[in-house]
Amino acid sequence: MTTIQLPTGSNGARILGFGAYRPRRRVTNDELAQTMDTNDEWIQARVGIAERRWAAPDETLVEMSVAAGGKALAASGLDASDIDLVLLATTSPPTAIPGIAPQVAHQLGIPRPGAFDLNAGCAGWCYALGSAADSIRSGSARNVLVVGGERLTDYTNLDDRGTAVIFADGAGAAVLGPSDEPRIGPVVWGSDGDLHEAIAVPLGEQGMSMAGQAVYRWATTKLTATLEEAMRRAGVGPDDIDVFAPHQANLRIIELMAKRLKLPERTVIARDIVRSGNTSAASVPLALSALQESGESKSGDVALLLGYGAGLTFAGQVVVLP
Amino acid sequence: MSREDIQTGLAEILEEVAGVTPADATPEKSFTDDLDVDSLSMVEIATAVEDKFGVAIPDDELGNIKTVGDAISFIEKNQG
Repeated sequence: MTTIQLPTGSNGARILGFGAYRPRRRVTNDELAQTMDTNDEWIQARVGIAERRWAAPDETLVEMSVAAGGKALAASGLDASDIDLVLLATTSPPTAIPGIAPQVAHQLGIPRPGAFDLNAGCAGWCYALGSAADSIRSGSARNVLVVGGERLTDYTNLDDRGTAVIFADGAGAAVLGPSDEPRIGPVVWGSDGDLHEAIAVPLGEQGMSMAGQAVYRWATTKLTATLEEAMRRAGVGPDDIDVFAPHQANLRIIELMAKRLKLPERTVIARDIVRSGNTSAASVPLALSALQESGESKSGDVALLLGYGAGLTFAGQVVVLP
Repeated sequence: MSREDIQTGLAEILEEVAGVTPADATPEKSFTDDLDVDSLSMVEIATAVEDKFGVAIPDDELGNIKTVGDAISFIEKNQG
């Protein structure tokens, strides 16, 4: 019988660096209040957003992904030629065919890496992070660029006050490499496909629709178990968590999740949504990048991540920050 | 459980979730108009009601619960 060989991978994987791209145009709640029936107080109370970024025509998803990816590469200390896999998590591609990961890789000067787009809703980047870490451990890849990028405003009816105040644009990225000591915990991923209509751009329609109460209920009740499982599988507990960075969907969801987990007072909670809005697959890497830039997170911090959203999908893991 | 006991339990939930003063949690009060409780807080209240009273309030039923009295009646009617 012919035996098939497998490569020796590595014991673990780790994040080497982050990069972020935020569109130039800042849109405040007051600006939105001029063209639709809403106001700053309502938006802040309901979702926790003070301002968000909307991409201009020249800030394409490819451009933003390249910008974020390039910064992550620089932060990692690696060369483009060291990268052999590019994962690009997005729900808002410019075209269905082709996916954009190969083009992003090409523009970054990465020579012919494995490259694919990944659509797992707002959980996409955490799904991609899990996949990337697994690839490194198994030997399918050595150094991986994991991008989360969105132009959600392409898929949002910007006259609909229910969604126009929430969804926004941007890209975040991380470069991963092998590690003797695991610095990325096992991914806990899942889905609730019975709720597939809860967050959607219905076929034939132009804009996003979201069943707010149903999603809020799901996010604040069903995902505590996932977060606890992610910690358990990584061999840590709430007291070990220095940083909590869930998908920045709604500030009230984030606060309620943190409360239900009984995280210690000292845990830094990512609240990038206040300045960035909800950027779906870009939101976790953007939030981690923001915490690093502000100094709220430190190298070596243990971070609990969770993506969750359209699908409905969810994925979480514990990581050590670079 | 009596309506009085339910009201007390519900008042505890309203204080915890939405900072409502227990003395204000009386049957005629409207959640949105009188107690400043929005639709997302109503979801939190429904979750807490399920934990405390064992009564589930699905989203479509939640829309029909406008006052504290409506909530008490729903819980009373559906308790095991």
